Parts: sequence; C-alpha cells; structure tokens
Amino acid sequence: MIEYVWLVPLVPILGFLFNGLLGKRVPKWLVSLVGCSVIGIPFLIVILIFREYLQLPADAKPVEVVVYNWISSGNFNALAAFLVDPLSLIMMLVVSGVSFIIHIYSVGYMHDDEGYPRYFSYLNLFVFAMLVLVSANNFLLMFVGWEGVGLCSYLLIGFWYEKQSASDAGKKAFVVNRIGDFGFLLGIFLIFWTFNTINFREVFSIAGTNFEVGSLVITAITLLLFVGATGKSAQLPLYVWLPDAMEGPTPVSALIHAATMVTAGVYMVARCSALYVLAPVSLTVVAIVGAATAILSASIGLAQNDIKRVLAYSTVSQLGYMFLACGVGAFVAGIFHLMTHAFFKALLFLGSGSVIHAMSGEQDMRHMGDLKKHLPITYWTFIMATLAIAGIFPFAGFFSKDEILYKSLVDGHILYWLIAAAAAFMTAFYMFRLIFMTFHGESRVDHEVLHHVHESPPVMTLPLIALAVLSTIGGFVGIPIIEGANVFHDFLAPAIAHVHRPEIHYPISFEVSMMVVSVIIALLGINTAYRMYIKRPELPQIVTEKIPLLYDLIYHKYYVDELYAATVVNPIKVGSDFLWKGVDEQVVDGAVNGSAGVIEWLSYHIRKLETGYVQNYALAILIGVFIIAGYYLGR
Amino acid sequence: MTISIPSITLSNIGPLLTLTVAGLLLLLMDALTPKGKKGYFPYLSLIALVIAAVQTTMLWNRSGTDFARMIYVDNFAFFFYLIFLLATGLTILISIKYLEDYHRNLEEYYTLLIFATIGMMLMAAGGHLILIFLGLEILSIAIYILAGLFREDVKSNEAALKYLILGAFSSAFLLFGMAMLYGATGSLFLDDLAQAIKAGVGTNPLLLFGMGLLIVGFGFKVSSVPFHMWTPDVYEGAPTSVTAFMSVGTKAAAFAALVRIFFLVFPEIKMEWNMLLWGLAVATMTLGNVVAIAQTNIKRMLAYSSIAHAGYLLVALVAANQLGAISFLYYLVAYTLMNLGAFAIVILVARKKDDYINIYDYCGLGFQYPALAAAMSVFMFALAGIPPTAGFVGKFYVFSAAVEAGYIWLAIIGVMNSLISVFYYLRITVLMYMRPAEADLGPVTMTPAISSAVLVTAAGVLAIGVFPGPLYELALNSVKIFVGL
Repeated sequence: MIEYVWLVPLVPILGFLFNGLLGKRVPKWLVSLVGCSVIGIPFLIVILIFREYLQLPADAKPVEVVVYNWISSGNFNALAAFLVDPLSLIMMLVVSGVSFIIHIYSVGYMHDDEGYPRYFSYLNLFVFAMLVLVSANNFLLMFVGWEGVGLCSYLLIGFWYEKQSASDAGKKAFVVNRIGDFGFLLGIFLIFWTFNTINFREVFSIAGTNFEVGSLVITAITLLLFVGATGKSAQLPLYVWLPDAMEGPTPVSALIHAATMVTAGVYMVARCSALYVLAPVSLTVVAIVGAATAILSASIGLAQNDIKRVLAYSTVSQLGYMFLACGVGAFVAGIFHLMTHAFFKALLFLGSGSVIHAMSGEQDMRHMGDLKKHLPITYWTFIMATLAIAGIFPFAGFFSKDEILYKSLVDGHILYWLIAAAAAFMTAFYMFRLIFMTFHGESRVDHEVLHHVHESPPVMTLPLIALAVLSTIGGFVGIPIIEGANVFHDFLAPAIAHVHRPEIHYPISFEVSMMVVSVIIALLGINTAYRMYIKRPELPQIVTEKIPLLYDLIYHKYYVDELYAATVVNPIKVGSDFLWKGVDEQVVDGAVNGSAGVIEWLSYHIRKLETGYVQNYALAILIGVFIIAGYYLGR
Repeated sequence: MTISIPSITLSNIGPLLTLTVAGLLLLLMDALTPKGKKGYFPYLSLIALVIAAVQTTMLWNRSGTDFARMIYVDNFAFFFYLIFLLATGLTILISIKYLEDYHRNLEEYYTLLIFATIGMMLMAAGGHLILIFLGLEILSIAIYILAGLFREDVKSNEAALKYLILGAFSSAFLLFGMAMLYGATGSLFLDDLAQAIKAGVGTNPLLLFGMGLLIVGFGFKVSSVPFHMWTPDVYEGAPTSVTAFMSVGTKAAAFAALVRIFFLVFPEIKMEWNMLLWGLAVATMTLGNVVAIAQTNIKRMLAYSSIAHAGYLLVALVAANQLGAISFLYYLVAYTLMNLGAFAIVILVARKKDDYINIYDYCGLGFQYPALAAAMSVFMFALAGIPPTAGFVGKFYVFSAAVEAGYIWLAIIGVMNSLISVFYYLRITVLMYMRPAEADLGPVTMTPAISSAVLVTAAGVLAIGVFPGPLYELALNSVKIFVGL
C-alpha cells in the first residue's frame, strides 16, 4: 500500500476537478458525496499505510516513493516523490482525518449557500495542497503545497467576495503570506546552493556530517525558513492576517486557520529539526518569537467580543506554544500539541459555527448568553474542547501543553516558562469567558433571533461529537513519566533530530509537581473568568474603567495594524505611486512608446520602396550584386 | 574505348522515384478521368507523399554519394526530404476546399506540387552545382505556374509574371556564379570544390565573386534583403495555398542548398563571407519586421514575416557552428508547422475564395470560433517566439548558436527584432479576443482535411516546443556531415 501513497494527494484533486468543472451541473447531493468521499478515501489509505508502516522492518524505514522526475536541469533535480516517515504519517493522518470531519460538517453548514460546488472544489483543492505539503520528500514539492494552501486560503477567506471586508481579508492574508514565502524561497535557494540537493534526507544527512553546530550558513537557512513559517503560521510579526481571515466560512476557519494550514510552519520546522539543532541562534529566535506571540495574542484575546476572533487569537497563541516547544528543542512536543490542537481547535471553531448558525449569523458574544439549553450538544462538546485547550487533566490539551511548559522550563529558560504559564492562565480565562458569555448567564439575544435558535442538524453535530471524543482521549497517546507509555514520542523519535546538550535527569516528583502547577494555573484562570462573568457580571466594566489605557491598548490589538499601515503599507503605497506615475508612465512608457513611434514611422516610409514595378525590384537585386561585388573588391 | 557505367542503387533515390511516378500517373489520369470525378486526386497525392516519407525513414543513416557523386545520400538530405514532404502534405490538406471554392478544374495543381517537391529534394541532395540548379528550376517552374493558377485573376497573373521575370533574372546570377566557381576550381562537384578550397584557392577573386553571386541567387529564393522585393507582391497575388507552400517549401529548399554549399564547401574561408551574411541577416530581419507592422493585408503581413524569418535563419548560417546547423534544421521544422498553420487559418477565415484577408476581418473571431482563434493564437505566439511553442525554442537555439560563435550583437539585434515582431503577431490575437466583430462575415466552413491540418500544426508547434529533445537529436544526427564546423 505504501507505494500508492501518491493516491493520497491525488484523490482530492479529482474532487476539485469534478466539483470545479461539473459542480454546477450536477445535483447537490452528488457534489457533497464526491466532495466528502475524495477526502474520506485518502484518510482510509493513510490508515492502511500507517498499519503497513508499523510492520516494516526498521531498516526499510523511512520509505520514499518516486512518482516521476519532475524537473531535471544540470545538477538540479526535483522529483515528484513522497516521503513516508513517522512525521509525514502523523501529519497525513491529522490532515486527512480532520479534513474529512470538517467536510462532513460543511455539508450542513454551507447547505444553503449559492457557491456550494465552488466551496467544495476549493476545499478539496486545499486538502490536496496540504497533503502534498506534508508528504513531499523535497523542499520544492513542499513549496508547491505551501503555495497551494496559501492560494486556497486566499480563495476561501474571500469566498464571499461580494463582501468588501472578506475580499480585503483575503488580500491581506495573501500579501502577508507572500512576505513569508519570500523568505522560505530564499531559504530553499540557499539550501540548494549549499547542499546541491533539495531532498530532505540528503540535505539532513549532509548537514549532520559536514557542518558544525553554529555554522553560519545553516543559521541563515534556518532563519529564512522560519520567516516562511512566521507568515504561514501567523507568528510575530506576520500574524496580523489570521484574525482577519475569520471573514471566511467557519468550517474554513476550523480547517485552514486552526487545524491544518497554519500548522504548516510548525511541521516545516520540525521536519527541518536536523538543521535547526545545528543553529542554536535560530532555535533561540524561534523560541522567543513563539513565546512572545503566545503571550501577546493571548492578551488580545482577553478583550475581544467576536466569538471567532477570540478563537483566532487563541490559535495564534497556541501556535506560539508550538514554536516555543520547537525553539527549546522539543520538536515532538510541538507536533504533539499540533495534533491535539487540531482536534480541539477544530471543534471550537465548528462549535462556534454551530452557534453562529443557530443565531442566524450573529458573531458578537455581547448579543448571546444562556444558549446552553438551546444548543445542548454544541454546549457539551464545546465544554470538552475548552477544557482541553485550558489544559485540564485528562483532556488532550493537558498532555501536550504540559509537556511544552515542562520542556520550556527544563530545556529552555525560566522566563519562557513564566511567559508560557501566564499565557496559559490567559487562555483558560478567555476561553471560559467565551463559554460564560455565550452559553451561561442572562440571555442578551434578540427576541427576533431567539425564536429561531435551534440545535444544528446531525450532519453538523456528529462531527462535533467525533472531535469531542478525540479532544478528550487524544492525549493518551503521549502519557509522560511512565516508561514506554509515550507511544507518540517513541513513534516520532526516528524522524526528529535532537539538540546536543548534556542530559539532566530530574526527579519524577519534580515533573509531577510541575503538572499540578500547570493545572492549578488553568483552574485559576477559570475561576477568575467565573468570578467576573457569572458571579459578579458588573466586574468587567469596573476593571476596564480602572485601567482604561491598558484596556484600550488590548482592545485595539496593540494598534499593530495601524502601526503596520503607517510604517510599511503607506510608505510602499506612496513609493509605488511615484514609481507608477513618475517613473513608469513618464520614463518607461515614454521610452517604449517613443521607440515604437520611431519604428512605426520607419515602417510607413520603408513600405513606400515597395512600388510594384518589376524594374525597380530588379534594380534592387542589381544593387545587391554591386554591394557584394564592392565588398569583395574593397577588401 | 571502354565506357564504365557507374554502379547505382535506385533505392537511394527511392522517394524521388515514387514522387516522379506518382506525378506522371496523376497527369495521365487527369487526361483520362471525366470531369467531376477527380476528387480523390489530392488523397492519391497524399498517399504518394506518405510512401515517399516511409522510404525516407528507411533510408535513414545511409551515407555517401550515388549516381557518380551527383547525389548525396545522407541524413541531412533525408531530414530535408521529410520537411518537404510534410510541407507538401499540409499544403494539399489546406488546398482542397480552397480550390473547390474557386470551382476550378485544377487537378494539375497536385501534379505540380509533387514536381515542385522533387525539385526541392534535388536541391537538398544535389552533389553537383548543376544538379542543384536543375532542382531549383524544376521547383521554380512549377511555382511560376502555380502562382498564376487563377488565370482570370489579374493579381494572380501579376504575381506569376513578376516571379517569373525576377526569378529568371536571379537565376542568371546564380548560374554566372557557378560558372565563376568552375573557372576558379575546374569542377562543379561540391566535394571537389571543397578540396580545391582546402588546397588554397581561397582568396581567388573569381571564387569570391562566384560565392557572392550564389548568395544573390539563393538570397532571391529565400527572400533576403535586398533581393526580397518580389515577396509581398507575389505572396499577395498567388493563391493562398500556393503562398503557403512557397513561404515554407521554396525557402526550406533554397536554404538546404545554401547551407550544404556553405557548410560543406566554404567553411574554410568563413572569414570571407560571414560579415557579408551578417549584414544581410540584420537587414533582412529588420526590414521584414519593421515593414510588417504597416501591413493590413494578412497575406502581405505574413510575407514580411517570412522575410524576417529568413533573417533569423541567416543568423544560424552566420554562426557556422554545429549548434547553428542544428538550430537551422529545428527552426525550419518549427517554421513549416507554424507558418502553414497560420496560412490554414487565413484560408479558413477568408471564407469563400479570398474574400476576407484584411487583419480587421479577425475581429471577434475569439468569440465566434474559439477553437480557430486559439489555434491562430498558438501560431502567432509561435511566430513571435513565445514559450512554450516551437518558435521560442527555435529562436533560442539560433541565438544561442550566434552567441556561441561570438556574434553577440547579432543575437541582440535578433532578439530586438523578435520584440518588434511581437507587435504585429499579437495584434492579430488582440483583434480576435478584444474587439467585437465589425460585421457578420458569414460562417466559416471547416472540412476534415483542413481541420486536421490545423490540428497537426498546432499540436506539432506545441509538442516540439515542450519536448524539443527528440527533434534536436535528429537534427544533431543530420548535421554530422559538416565536419568543417
């Protein structure tokens, strides 16, 4: 089965072609059937491949499947080839599995939308690109997927393109991502320049044998790659597009902007762990950016009122955690959190979608409240996801988040831990704030809307339940402390490089007490939210009035968008305006039109030589003869 | 006295024999078949061409000479055989409907095409200057008649007469040049000429003048400046299918002879002719492209375009290296496909007869006939040299050859010329897609024959543009005879 791994990305693109070309002409049920099954089939294939992979002898792993020679030029070779190793398998499983669930959900959520076939064709295309990204065996093919998911993200954010804000958001996402992609591309160039190959395994093995820790070129490569990751995975300073991306349909936010695409940067860093461990400087940068992003966006999340925006900032913050983990060398923990986050954050988004669906499109939590009894399934699944993201035992998020906190303390720095712990506190707070504002307390729902509030149909609630199960038990694959119980870690280990540093063994009691501490931090956050939004609902008002400046700063997201507009966007606009009207229209166009004019003038005059008289033509021949004769005589 | 009869192998000229038999057979049948029952003649001719092509492929990799050194039997000749057969075959495909529209009993048309093809083959294979001249005349006389095919049409008459007078004029120079070469070396065999030049008659003025006059004679046929002036008038006046045939067939044949003579006989004295051809190439490219801009008649525009392409081919000749020779062959194949394809569309768009041959008749074609317009766009892109078409690869090889040989400026001028050419080629595309039709010109009638010609040329242009490798190898295989490069 492994040799058929190319089917995994191929099948979704068939769905894209079908729905894109014929979607408008076939009945809706066929669009849904094709749209979902082209994701379900790859998921099954990946499961089969996974099982087969587990039974392979160790020396047969990892497997590379070459489909064809894509580009061959000089000593440059890019194959269309796939790498089946623990990392890509985990990613393929998560991507195809979560995608499948979200596709099902979309059948209900998008049911009445005019662009139904278009939606499914984009979504299928996205899954294709994402699967290429995670299964490629070289940097260039990965970049194809990388760009492909960017394109689909753009198309789906602007899915409702008649809406100005949606098309603006799509543009913003695209432009910001391009900045990151530029870095990524430079990184790939530098890799080829340095290693003469772009195959992952060749690059990593050459790097391991030929380069010292701290090598300058490796540092440059890893930093450039990380620039790409900050764009795709919404890290400082390029995170600004993700909150705006919430303009897209909610299942898109769940799939692309929470569970899969935005984690591509984390995957890429983990994939290149062999390079990153050689570049301590880059690792420090990754950790600092991750930690700063985690705390900054968590703090913005405290004051948002749009239910999806809270989740968006939460996503940015959780991605920061993952990078923090990678930055301290705990790549496995990063991928672990990537997986559990995919489960519970997809669930949170889908749950919020269910709420929005029930509320006839309302997204402002100030107009919600007490929805618990109207939306029981949504509520209970949402609670599980929230407990998971807050890091409460035994939900999935507890295991992965705790591992990151622990690693950032023992392998990183106490400061990392403090920041991560503060962010964890904030996460617990704003998530329960969201729960309380949406599902509890007094109803602030419009009477008109309240009439129509209803639980979503099974096609939407079943995916919620499936994800809730995963969010609850998904963490048990990575049980810490007990020897051999961390199967996730053991499985992934062969694909990940390790930072070279002396092993320090801490007593088990220390690790256990750190776990307790992290749970206490989460409980503190929950308790604070409970006090502010259930017990004394007047408290938030008082707090905001007490610290007006700070609140204003947070509420306006630290004015980062405004800062970028003033320092980057506007100067570029002014500069390009000058280049357009001054340089291009005057100088360049002038030169082009001028020379074209000269040619045209020549053309109309030379054609007059063509008199139509044979004797003139014969004369021309004769002149030619004389010229040739003169040429030979004159030399 | 003993007369030695040279041993000859008839299979070495198999393709020529087949065509000769077929041509005579057609003439005979023409006389015996009642009117209105000759519709299968073109298909018969096509079968003959296919047989000749198969024979050619079976001859592939033979080498040497035959018929007392009169004929070269080598891949270079075979490569050109195939180009000629392709050009003739495509011409037949695009002619059928066009001729039927004129309601003319024109069965001799196909015979003449086949005879012209024989002439072209002799020019590519000739090992003796007189044989090359004979081939040229066989070709030319057939073309004179074909150009004047529409006896009632003044323009067609004018075209034929102009071509005849000027052709005779230039042939005189060609013959005069050959005579001078004989005077200088005492032989007309290409082998002997090459030997003599190696032996050191290189700077003999007689030889140089002879060479110069050869350039005049062949320059006329390939329409190089300043011997090009007949081209627009003749191309415009001749029946469109004949114009298509002339623009690729005659040009390819004259270049075949030119290349063989210059690369086989004169490489030793390259310094004596390269700057002269350099000047001709620059003048030809530039004049062709510049004046094409001012044309509104598409046949005249393509006439100037063909002048410009002769200029690009001269660049490959100037380069005089192996890549130059390869690029030459590649370019001729590409040019045959894209130019014949363009002419096929011209015939289609002209509706009945030559009613609509103004470039503004192409307005709105993209909406009325998307497939037709798409094909025309492919040809225009290819002629302009835009990837991924054969035209791009051809120009790339030609200019690379020039750069490799050190003619950087020639390559730069060539590229700038391509830039100019983009204007008038893309103008057609722009008209087709961005202007509404000015008037209803009536329906375009597609027949299977002409549709298949369009399909073959368009697919070919793209295929050898995307995968130039096999054709490159074939061309490389064909130019190994030029050891002096």
